[in-house]
Amino acid sequence: MSSVNLFNFTTIAYFSAMILFVGYLVTRKEGVSLVANIATWIGFVLHTGAIGLRWYESYQMLGADGRAPLSNLYESVVFFAWTIVLIYILLDLKYKQRAVGAFVVPFAFLGMTWAQLNLNDAIDPLVPALQSNWLTYHVITCFLGYACFAVACGVSIMYLIKSGKEQNNAESTPAGGVMSLFPSIRVLDDINYKAIMIGFPLLSLGIITGAAWANYAWGTYWSWDPKETWSLIVWFVYAAFLHARFTRGWVGRKAAWLSVFGFAATIFCYLGVNLVLSGLHSYGGG
Amino acid sequence: MNAKKSSFFDHVWDFFCSLKLAISTLILLALTSIIGTVIQQNANPQDYVREYGETAYRIFSALNFLDMYHSWWFLTLLTLFAVNLICCSIKRLPRILKLVNQPNLDPDERFYKTMANGGELTVGLAPEKVRDRLAEFLGRKFARPRVAEGEGIIQLFAQKMPWARFSVYVTHLSILVIFLGAILGTVWGYKAYVNIPEGSSTDKVWPRGSDTPIDLGFEVRCDRFEVQFYPGGMRPKEFVSDLVVLENGREVEKKTIEVNNPLTYKGITFYQSSYGPMGDPQFHFKVRERATGKTVTVVAHKGQPVRLPGGQAFRVADFTEHFQTFGSAARIEMLPDLAGKNPAGRSRKSFVVLQKFPEFDAQRGGEYIFSLLDYKQRYYTGLQVAKDPGVWVVWLGCFFLVAGTFSAFFLSHRRLWVTVRAEGGKTHVRYGANAHRNQAAFAIWFEDFARDFEESLKK
Ligand code: HEM
Repeated sequence: MSSVNLFNFTTIAYFSAMILFVGYLVTRKEGVSLVANIATWIGFVLHTGAIGLRWYESYQMLGADGRAPLSNLYESVVFFAWTIVLIYILLDLKYKQRAVGAFVVPFAFLGMTWAQLNLNDAIDPLVPALQSNWLTYHVITCFLGYACFAVACGVSIMYLIKSGKEQNNAESTPAGGVMSLFPSIRVLDDINYKAIMIGFPLLSLGIITGAAWANYAWGTYWSWDPKETWSLIVWFVYAAFLHARFTRGWVGRKAAWLSVFGFAATIFCYLGVNLVLSGLHSYGGG
Repeated sequence: MNAKKSSFFDHVWDFFCSLKLAISTLILLALTSIIGTVIQQNANPQDYVREYGETAYRIFSALNFLDMYHSWWFLTLLTLFAVNLICCSIKRLPRILKLVNQPNLDPDERFYKTMANGGELTVGLAPEKVRDRLAEFLGRKFARPRVAEGEGIIQLFAQKMPWARFSVYVTHLSILVIFLGAILGTVWGYKAYVNIPEGSSTDKVWPRGSDTPIDLGFEVRCDRFEVQFYPGGMRPKEFVSDLVVLENGREVEKKTIEVNNPLTYKGITFYQSSYGPMGDPQFHFKVRERATGKTVTVVAHKGQPVRLPGGQAFRVADFTEHFQTFGSAARIEMLPDLAGKNPAGRSRKSFVVLQKFPEFDAQRGGEYIFSLLDYKQRYYTGLQVAKDPGVWVVWLGCFFLVAGTFSAFFLSHRRLWVTVRAEGGKTHVRYGANAHRNQAAFAIWFEDFARDFEESLKK
């Protein structure tokens, strides 16, 4: 069993979970949501095992040059998917709102599919610039932050759908149908805020560990390269989100839109910068 | 007149204190920052003209888009942001200080009504007994209370983590500290580079975008440079330089630096960043004359003729470290005699000598048998040189930023008031509590707490 196989099984598990979550929204049967959650858990366990296995494989292939599987685009996408599922599981343990799974697990599934189909999964040794423990700290903190924003984006989409329906109903009764499975819009708004509240300090840490690493590697903690700048843009957007909550009217729909917008900026920071713009970071080209 | 003036300043003050300005500045910073990620910064004018055309280049240049992060308008935006933060903190801090230092120790019914959590009960114990029980209970379950006694009334107040109120200010201050560090680094630091050939030294480095070198005040020598490749390719694994720092000719510091492992001396840090070959490599050959069996060792430089015993000469025409899969290889060219006395008709002849196979050349059947013993390529090491006296201030700011945001979100100032009053032979107890963050979790905690609280007065 190689890690690539195990990642394939992971992807299948997430696919099943995703279908089951949608099935739950359609059938509205609690049992379905339970099975969907079990599929998510199985996927997560496989996923964790596969990342560990890939780590081990790198030592088998490269001897002493083995390294944590966090250093190329394939590995980072796989890790990103892992953090998203991790945050979903934590959220589920706390809030028990399984409809959220239908809007969060697809992000992980899309990531895994893209990695498996389009990205180069070779285990290459690291170029000198990447041989640093800072790489590990930097990647882990950034992606945990990104995953929080992914979850915030998922619940914000739910918020927008649900509150949109309720606005259309003249008597402002809670929306029925599938929507009745969604958490109440108050809870969705709260999860959105909480997820960003956790993501923001993590992103701050991610930016800082990146700066520390750059300083250690070439003596400049900040050089305004596109990747750095975009991470700062994302940080500004979420800082604006947090402050906007203090002023009237920036909870609810506006906050949800800002969260979706923030996640779009996050994705651009993560992928767009490498695929569209040029820069120093290593994930470019795939 | 005076009133009008002060109201004008009030307006300006309010503007600089406002959260609206903060949000607008954050959004503006985010939006304008995009420009510099789309238009390459600090490139050559010709490159811009080629990419965008003459007119667009002029416009970009006039708007400072080509070095926007150092432009007057971007710096103005950052300054506005800092001023906003300072004003806002000055305005709010006294209120928070008052709230923490001078809690309301005499709550009345109206005050209790504002609290989300609370309750009241009447017990048979005497007020003093209630006071003692509660002091003990709160000390154990929450925080040691302050007790104030008036006429027929006892007030208890307890709080946890009042300092959590300051975490937002720590966060905001940390941003100013980071700015300060960045300014210190810009004013008293520099970024430069220097290339040092193996075996030589320098006491000057060159700042980026300038022709005047900076004097280091000491000398740096590179004793050795080495690059290692991963097996089977040109992927560099690591490159290292042995650096020696000399003051007045005396060695004072020595370190082998590599990428991600620099050398710092007197606040100046040397980072391994690049390398390149210095001149041509030097080769050592063993040459055996086939006829006599006489063997000599010669040193050759690329392209330069070398004379051999017996009158002939050769030169190294070419060299590569990766000749197909055979490794290092030199192409040798036999030359006419140096004096030109070589009989005509003996044309130039070239052949390849492989370092890994010293006997290989014997099969060629030439007059001389070559084996490549060794070669030495001299390199220069490329160093980034940075002096940044502000960097520790920046790290301090970063530490406060992270500590501040985590505590701003996850720590909460919780307060509890109890009013104990004698009432017709019995004792009436009114209590209330609030938390400045995460009220939902506090409410859940309070449910259990309130039960134990009332229980403690019933036995
Ligand atoms: C990017 C820069 C900034 C960061 C990272 C930042 C961070 C924070 C954080 C983490 C909070 C707590 C938010 C919450 O409780 O949900 C906060 C609150 C606040 N911030 Fe900022 N802030 C920034 C800029 C500013 C600026 C420029 C102002 C200027 C007015 C400002 C004013 C405030 C105020 C008034 C609060 C509420 C304080 C309170 O709860 O009493 N912030 N900020």
